[in-house]
Amino acid sequence: MKIHEFQAKAILKKYGVRVPEGIVARTPAKAIEACKALSSRVGYPVVAKSQVLVGGRGKAGGIKLIRSEHEIESTVTQLLGMEIKGEKVKKLLIEQGLNIAKEIYLGVIIDRSRKKAVMMTSAAGGVEIEQVAAETPEKILFTPVEPLLGLTQSQIREMFYFLGLPKESYQDFVQIASGLYRAFFEKDCSLAEINPLVVTVAGEVIAADAKMNFDDNALWRHPDIAKLRDPAEEPPLERQARKHKLNYVKLDGRIGCIVNGAGLAMATMDLIKHFGGEPANFLDIGGGAKSDQVAQALKLIVSDRNVNTIFINIFGGIVRCDLVAEGILKALEQFPKWNTPIVIRLSGTNEERARELLKGTQLIPAASMSEGAKKAVELSQRN
Amino acid sequence: MSVLVDRDTRLIIQGITGNEGRFHGQQMIAYGTRVVAGVVPGRGGETVLDVPVYNTMKEAVAATDANASIIYVPAPFAADAAIEAISSGVKLVVMITEGIPVRDMIPVYWYAKEQGVRVVGPNCPGVISPGKAKVGIMPGHIHKEGRIGVVSRSGTLTYEIVKELTLHGLGQSTCIGIGGDPIIGTTFVDALELFDNDPETDAVVMIGEIGGTDEEQAAELIKTRMTKPVVGFIAGLTAPPGKRMGHAGAIISGGKGTAKEKIAALSAAGVPVAERPDQIGPLVKERLAATKPA
Repeated sequence: MKIHEFQAKAILKKYGVRVPEGIVARTPAKAIEACKALSSRVGYPVVAKSQVLVGGRGKAGGIKLIRSEHEIESTVTQLLGMEIKGEKVKKLLIEQGLNIAKEIYLGVIIDRSRKKAVMMTSAAGGVEIEQVAAETPEKILFTPVEPLLGLTQSQIREMFYFLGLPKESYQDFVQIASGLYRAFFEKDCSLAEINPLVVTVAGEVIAADAKMNFDDNALWRHPDIAKLRDPAEEPPLERQARKHKLNYVKLDGRIGCIVNGAGLAMATMDLIKHFGGEPANFLDIGGGAKSDQVAQALKLIVSDRNVNTIFINIFGGIVRCDLVAEGILKALEQFPKWNTPIVIRLSGTNEERARELLKGTQLIPAASMSEGAKKAVELSQRN
Repeated sequence: MSVLVDRDTRLIIQGITGNEGRFHGQQMIAYGTRVVAGVVPGRGGETVLDVPVYNTMKEAVAATDANASIIYVPAPFAADAAIEAISSGVKLVVMITEGIPVRDMIPVYWYAKEQGVRVVGPNCPGVISPGKAKVGIMPGHIHKEGRIGVVSRSGTLTYEIVKELTLHGLGQSTCIGIGGDPIIGTTFVDALELFDNDPETDAVVMIGEIGGTDEEQAAELIKTRMTKPVVGFIAGLTAPPGKRMGHAGAIISGGKGTAKEKIAALSAAGVPVAERPDQIGPLVKERLAATKPA
């Protein structure tokens, strides 16, 4: 799960990370008020930052400096109406401007091949760390955190000297680095990063930006984090799918896919593409393939207007295919005016009985995954 | 032979009284697996599926001389169940449970390593050595005894491919589902090494997917040390970046972990990568014919 910058900063602040003074505003009027109130305390410039969950908002023009009172209104009205990579800007974070001397990158991730958390430090802050890693990897210090030890003082010292920060900043840096790691660990993050961490001309160390992603599998033990989820930011179909515990990702194609199992679902999408079609979605209804899940899946897929053909690919295994077939027919009764063609492939126990059951219905049977994908592509292109 | 599980496997089911544990316990026994006990805290003294239930793993191992366990315990308690299993003296712990927090799996991984215990999973279908033992949730009947090793991050996709192999007369020595999570006990590299050292495995099919770099590391191993032929399949060519595709570990993040990169790495290591599941059988036959001594 992703959260907004202002939410991440509020969490990090509790862990001793210094953040700029800021106010969140949801309407132009509130944003104008916030700019005025803030500037009267800290002076100009102030910064207006779009709160969206997609990356690259700076490059997309979602962050603006406000140098004087007469720039306020035009800036905030422009930002609050804009769209960044398909996401509408609904909130602004108004913050004090910083007098920047140096920009640093500081982040923690789970390193899958090392099987532990790794802290990353770089003096090349303010740009995407993936870009630094690709172009100048020597500019990043990787600090693996031993599960037995946690992040140690000596490791923080190494990072500090690697960055070449002024001596006066040492205490601040220790507090921020250890605070960021503790927040990452205690809140079950998959990523926590401060980019840039700013050293001001006055020598203060302060988090100018903050990003935290959380392990979805751990949200049950963090109700405080779970409630930060912003349903308005989630595509409506994906929200609906999550409610019914279906794994769904919307794509741009025309062939809706219903598959049991994530790997098979990806392979099914790939196969559709292989035969010249375009998948409309990833949808995993789980290994069990229960009838009510199939019904929910059908509902979900028909609400995607791009879909003109459906391919159901179920590998029965332990599940009996005749039961799955009955379930699908029952689910279809809920849609008396159904006219989207459905190609279905059922493999596993009692698949012959299942094929008997489906004879004479509107479902188009396929004997194999490849045959099913091919048929679906043909139908989709004809429609 | 085969790897990880066989007729000498003496299995404990952790979570035997739950729906999943009971159902799959029954299926495993029907397949011929020697299930010797169940462990469920608070249910010690009961008998389920004709085997005794114990409160703790240590008791169960002491009473039955078990050497393996399988975990169906719900996600919030599964990592602890694994730690208990690792401390109990069994040599193999198969974690079926899906949805375990990554933070909980890190200590499981390192503790298992320190204790010399092999963990498979979590979020996996388990391990089967056809005709000998099934320690998992896969449908037994699609498998056939033979000499092909299978290792995969997926469930139903593996069944699909195993069925294809069986249809082509290619039986399996062992099929290992390593699981779809970011942190897993056994990786492709581990599984490939097991198969390379198994005198009854002639070739290996590896089924990867987007996310992480385990396939790339496997490619490195294949290029430098592996002696047996490998055929690959990678799912997720059409997966968009930044979206989790069902499995917690199946995500392209920061431009890394794409199917394209993985296919390129495997191809560079001389591994033929099938474009479709139904090409895998013929590819394996081709590779076996090419490596047979004249």
